[in-house]
Amino acid sequence: MHEMSIALAVIEQVAEKAPPGATAECVRLRVGELAGVVPDALSFCFDLACAGTPLSGSRLLVEPVTALARCEPCAREWHPGMPPDLCCPGCGSGTDVVLLSGRELEVSAVHWSGDPACAAVPEER
Amino acid sequence: MCRTGDLRQAVLARNDAGAQALREELAARGTVVVNMLSSPGSGKTELLQQELTLARTRAVPVAAITADLATDNDATRLARAGVPVLQVLTDGLCHLEAAMVRRAIDGWLPAETRVLFVENVGNLVCPASYDLGETLRVALASVTEGEDKPLKYPNAFGLAQLVLVTKADLADAVGFDEAAFRAHVERVNPGVEVVLTSARTGAGAGVLLDRALAAQQGTPQHRPVMARTQDPALTHHHHHDDGHTHDDGHHHDDGHQDGHGHDGHAHAEHGHAGHGHGGGSQHRQDAPTPVRPLPGHPSR
Repeated sequence: MHEMSIALAVIEQVAEKAPPGATAECVRLRVGELAGVVPDALSFCFDLACAGTPLSGSRLLVEPVTALARCEPCAREWHPGMPPDLCCPGCGSGTDVVLLSGRELEVSAVHWSGDPACAAVPEER
Repeated sequence: MCRTGDLRQAVLARNDAGAQALREELAARGTVVVNMLSSPGSGKTELLQQELTLARTRAVPVAAITADLATDNDATRLARAGVPVLQVLTDGLCHLEAAMVRRAIDGWLPAETRVLFVENVGNLVCPASYDLGETLRVALASVTEGEDKPLKYPNAFGLAQLVLVTKADLADAVGFDEAAFRAHVERVNPGVEVVLTSARTGAGAGVLLDRALAAQQGTPQHRPVMARTQDPALTHHHHHDDGHTHDDGHHHDDGHQDGHGHDGHAHAEHGHAGHGHGGGSQHRQDAPTPVRPLPGHPSR
């Protein structure tokens, strides 16, 4: 379980960008299906690790990102699923397959104190 | 104040940047890192001991770091090969990070080292997310673990550049279905090489060393589909985040360092090749690290 390490990395990055005197209300995180991170565990760790930082009391909003693969020669795209099938369903080859999405693990936005946009975001966990 | 900040930033950017810097620095001195991932008990240490011994007989300068939550047992075993070995204790952390490798090798790694093998913490989940500055990532599974291991741990096997099956001598006894295993690896990591090994019979001996030396010579390595992502800024493996400085251990906020406060500590092991390295150089943030030499060279 490395979600605590991930949570600490998120907090560290966001805290570095905090405007003077601001506190974060929520942090949006895009987590790809193939990122190797469990969103529930991450949210749990995030809540614990925020204490005493500019993110104290903030919410973590996890946006799951579905994986999408593409076989270049076939120009075919598919959802590899979990466990992923990264061989092209058309030609069966993986030689020229790329991942268009699915490995994201990124902070996409931070809503600082009193931002109404934050309240409008439905909680996803 | 009420504002929203767009902050498109990879969470592991700091680790990735540190790993990339380490890879470049080591490459400049002719050293490559091999990152070895497996579950506990898969036979990493036994296989590695064999490869280190082989390297020594071939006069190839190699070294090894072995990471565990506790005990020096693996370093003691590896040191029998007669090459420099360092035990890193993670104090409970489930994986190694690039900054921990850097701290471990600073002042310890002999300049002539061609290959530094890093035996990661026995765990197929967490270590997969962390680039350690390696040029070759190896995932291992023993025949006793079942053919579906690559499907259960797609990140560990999906990001590997070489897959080694260990304990192949037991394959018949446990009914290991090699074709199924290979098909499962191919599904998550098409095109990756899979080699069966047995430290007991010597099957596959030298393959790991050969592949590591090929990497050291600059032979292009397999690029897993899971590492072929579209957005370089968000790729976790072997890419550099440009918006970041990497200070590798000199950063502080709330007591967290790059290793998130889990610095671990190191114990140096010396094989009888006696390179004369002065022990581990890792330091905890708050206190000097006790480095205790372990007793001599136990015979098998």
